[in-house]
Amino acid sequence: MKAPPFAYRRVASVAAASALLREHGDGARLIAGGQTLLATLGMRLSEPSLLIDIRGIAEMQGIAVTGGHLRIGALARHVDVERSALVAQHLPLLSLAAPHVAHAAIRNRGTFGGSIAFADPAAEWPACAVAADAALVLSDGTTSRTVEAADFFLGLYQTDLRPDELITAVRFPLPGRHRRFAFTELARRHGDYATVGLALAGDWVEGRLHDPRIVYFGVGGTPVRAVAAEAALAGGRAEPETLERAVAELGGELSPSGDLYTSAATKLHLAGVLLRRGIQSLIPGEGQT
Amino acid sequence: MNKIAPHPAATTVEPFVGRGVSRPNARRLVEGRGTYVDDVELPRMVHVAYLRSPHAHARILRIDAAAALDLPGVVAVVDGRQLAETCAPFVGTLSHLAGMRSPPQHAMAVDRACWQGEAVVAVVAQTRAEAEDALQAIQVEWEVLPAVTRMDSALEPGTPVIHPDLGSNLCFHREIDSGGVDAVFAAADVVVEETYEFGRHTGVTLEPRSVLADFNPAERRLTVHHSHQAPHMMGDLYARLMGIPEADVRVLCKDVGGSFGLKVHAYADDFATVALSVLLGRPVKFVADRLESFVTDIHAREHRVKARLALTRDGRFLGFDIADLTGVGPYSMYPRTSAVEGNQVINLCGGPYDHPHYRATLDVVFQNKVQTSQYRGVGHPVACAVTEGIVDLAAATLGIDPLELRRRNLMADDSFPRKGASGILLESLSHQRCLARLEEMVDFAALRRDQAERRARGIHRGIGIAVLIELTNPGAAFYGTGGARIASQDGATVRLDPTGIVHCASGVGEQGQGTETIFAQIVADEVGVPMDRVRVLTGDTAATPYGGGTWASRGAGIGGEAVLQASRQLRANLLEFAAVHLELPVERLRIAGGAVIDTAEGVPLMDVAELGRLAHFRPDLLPAGFQPELVVTRHYAQRDYPFIFTNGIQVSHVEVDVETGVVTLLKHWVVEDCGRVINPLLVDEQIRGAVVQGLGGVLFEECLYDENGLLRNGSMADYLVPMAGEMPDIEVAHVETPTRSSELGAKGAGEAGTAGAPAAVMNAINDALRPFAVRLTSQPITPEKILRALHPHLAD
Repeated sequence: MKAPPFAYRRVASVAAASALLREHGDGARLIAGGQTLLATLGMRLSEPSLLIDIRGIAEMQGIAVTGGHLRIGALARHVDVERSALVAQHLPLLSLAAPHVAHAAIRNRGTFGGSIAFADPAAEWPACAVAADAALVLSDGTTSRTVEAADFFLGLYQTDLRPDELITAVRFPLPGRHRRFAFTELARRHGDYATVGLALAGDWVEGRLHDPRIVYFGVGGTPVRAVAAEAALAGGRAEPETLERAVAELGGELSPSGDLYTSAATKLHLAGVLLRRGIQSLIPGEGQT
Repeated sequence: MNKIAPHPAATTVEPFVGRGVSRPNARRLVEGRGTYVDDVELPRMVHVAYLRSPHAHARILRIDAAAALDLPGVVAVVDGRQLAETCAPFVGTLSHLAGMRSPPQHAMAVDRACWQGEAVVAVVAQTRAEAEDALQAIQVEWEVLPAVTRMDSALEPGTPVIHPDLGSNLCFHREIDSGGVDAVFAAADVVVEETYEFGRHTGVTLEPRSVLADFNPAERRLTVHHSHQAPHMMGDLYARLMGIPEADVRVLCKDVGGSFGLKVHAYADDFATVALSVLLGRPVKFVADRLESFVTDIHAREHRVKARLALTRDGRFLGFDIADLTGVGPYSMYPRTSAVEGNQVINLCGGPYDHPHYRATLDVVFQNKVQTSQYRGVGHPVACAVTEGIVDLAAATLGIDPLELRRRNLMADDSFPRKGASGILLESLSHQRCLARLEEMVDFAALRRDQAERRARGIHRGIGIAVLIELTNPGAAFYGTGGARIASQDGATVRLDPTGIVHCASGVGEQGQGTETIFAQIVADEVGVPMDRVRVLTGDTAATPYGGGTWASRGAGIGGEAVLQASRQLRANLLEFAAVHLELPVERLRIAGGAVIDTAEGVPLMDVAELGRLAHFRPDLLPAGFQPELVVTRHYAQRDYPFIFTNGIQVSHVEVDVETGVVTLLKHWVVEDCGRVINPLLVDEQIRGAVVQGLGGVLFEECLYDENGLLRNGSMADYLVPMAGEMPDIEVAHVETPTRSSELGAKGAGEAGTAGAPAAVMNAINDALRPFAVRLTSQPITPEKILRALHPHLAD
């Protein structure tokens, strides 16, 4: 498990990283936290000729609230998101999800943007980004564009990212005061990639659920938004019959593949269990509004 | 005579044995100053990486390594045929396992690879990375052969025979029959029957298998730095297979980062690495990486056991009828074989209980998978789960409380020494006292009330009990009588140096379990010095007495007794020396706290350091003809019984989420009788660590193979070792029944946790699921298996 030989360059700007990506094409890989890449190098599953270390790019750092958005720099580490008071205040969905992202040692190094760019279908952040209507800021150093998270994940490990682009930041619209979130995940051991996970958002107004987001991970090639289940719940009081209608819709919306330990049928079953539990924790208990 | 100032602790010294003193070597390891094999760098050292078969079974048609030889840093590329000229083949059988068969195995595959992971080509290079680079430049042309993967069809006529010379895939068959079993089962009030399955798993050590071989051609001497449990055994094997006199082979095992039985075996990789050093005349290092560990470290526990238990209506056990089938890979592991686990399963089933009749059969079959062999617990986790599983089934069938059914059938504490129905000899067990101690720890009535209340709310908690016996402190019956040169005795040398420090060298090594600490405790007490005046040396065949090393929970009981005997004799020698020097009758003297004390006046007379000084530098002051002997070696072999059995009880409390299949471990209790407890802190942590490995086996760990014999989850991401987050609190209590086979009285403690935990958890899960009338008997018990049992539509 020794990495094959590679060249290594540190860059200080998105433009410089992008230029190296253009120059070296498929032979180059970006490295930030390295929590996925270094393992694949050790196993020789990937043999890049050049690693471009982007950790020094200032404009990709930091977590801040600006212009009606919570902006998380792509280089923010998982632990930065986990411990951020701004995140907890404005986007508690991420605070709920963070402890499920691998283990403390990995959270101390791995980056928020790296996880989204890698787009592991069983990872937490891509699903959270979709559920919270995030937009991804992509840049090659000269031109920058914004892509909705819901449009970014195209297939298994495939994204809308162009070969010379970097995710520089993720922008979450600040939720309205009725917006509520829930997060639930099943994994064989805490910190493993999810067997099935669910990120939920919705407005709870006068006892009714509006504009819900039901986003699964671990059940397909990308985060999967369960639109029909959302429609079944939208505008309703999330009473048991409604919830069962929503669960029934999942069969038509999710087509999970089995993994080493869990069959496809079981994943679908678990998706229903998580929806029931997730909605219970999304809506306020008796006496709350 | 001048009286020296009283030593503060000279007159009343609390013994170290029995105290939970912390490990003196812990700080060094925590500070990263350990010396593991990979830390050892030698001049002109090179590294080997092995090209391993990607197929479970394939003929090697052609190896093209020309391109690899031209790559930077490459020193040599060697195949199995070349290596066979340096290293003789080896056969993993023992003569006392009658009828056992296994073909000769080579250090690297010759003509044919028999499992995915078998080494086929060795690349030696200046660095491991360069060796791995070169591996990618080697082309091997394969003819893929059909693989035998399933053990249940391994003996069927249509299944390919892996080794045609043997005529079948049968490695070993054994039967035990006390007689009259069929009649007893036919006449019994109740017969319960169930089949238990155990998934293959492996021990995952923090430090992987590592070996650094240094053959010096100028003097034809071999030095091997090895991460291993049995250095003397390895020295003998290297000597014989390489044709080097054993006296010219030295094996060093300094720090060993976990072993769990996985490092008690002689791996083909070990022989290949040593042979390469002999071939090249320079040091060669091999450190297994995680990926190759999964396909070369021994696996264990692939068993399917059919069990029947006959009882009277009032719950008295009449007999057990057991059939064990186990698959062990293409070769029996050398030199301890792959038949011991199954052999122990059929020796141990029903072991805690008083029952007159017993019958068991064992079939050990070859397969094209990684070799299996002894891993922590060796057969005990299987035997315990089978026994305790079917006892719980009987309890449910008869409507008797599981604890009560056990109480009615456990061997009585006053019935020892005795034989068990399978023929095992039991010295002295304490099942009844352990049960009583358990009932002090666990409020079963409260747990049952809680269970009933929660069940009404749809929360399913269960309580599982597992009684176990465990064989420890083996005599020569284990290996020696079978012809293996594996020492059942062990030795210790203690000596007083000129500064009054007592050095102890033992044939039993340290792999993280605290051996060196308990030896220091024994030396301190038996010589009469503070523990900080003791230094312990292990893991060097050139410097320690010949001994078996660490296995079968023998380190404390066998190695510790040798330390005790040597220390006692050193104390006697020091007292004699002091008596001569002080011109006092020896009966008036004793040694405590590092000082010679006048028992008549209760005052210290001299420090033992003064004895050291006199003996080494001023022999002129001693009477003519008197020679102080400050070095003592003693050996100890346990010869009273084949094994000294221990016993214990474990209880698991779990919650099963019936919608997700997730099992939450709420609590685990252990009552253990390992005889005399030398260090409660270390014993408790040994038990906890062992319980955790048992919990891994019952809930998480399995080496998953596809139908072609390829491992599907051979990485730390996919193979599920138990992690701290899922572990319960583990409460440990002791009952102490010292063995009378030694002065020390210690029995083994390192494996019992692993033996009992799977049974306790399996029973707890089934207890939780009783309202659903399902039983889970296939380990690991995964959420998927639980859901399939509870929701039949998921199993379609």
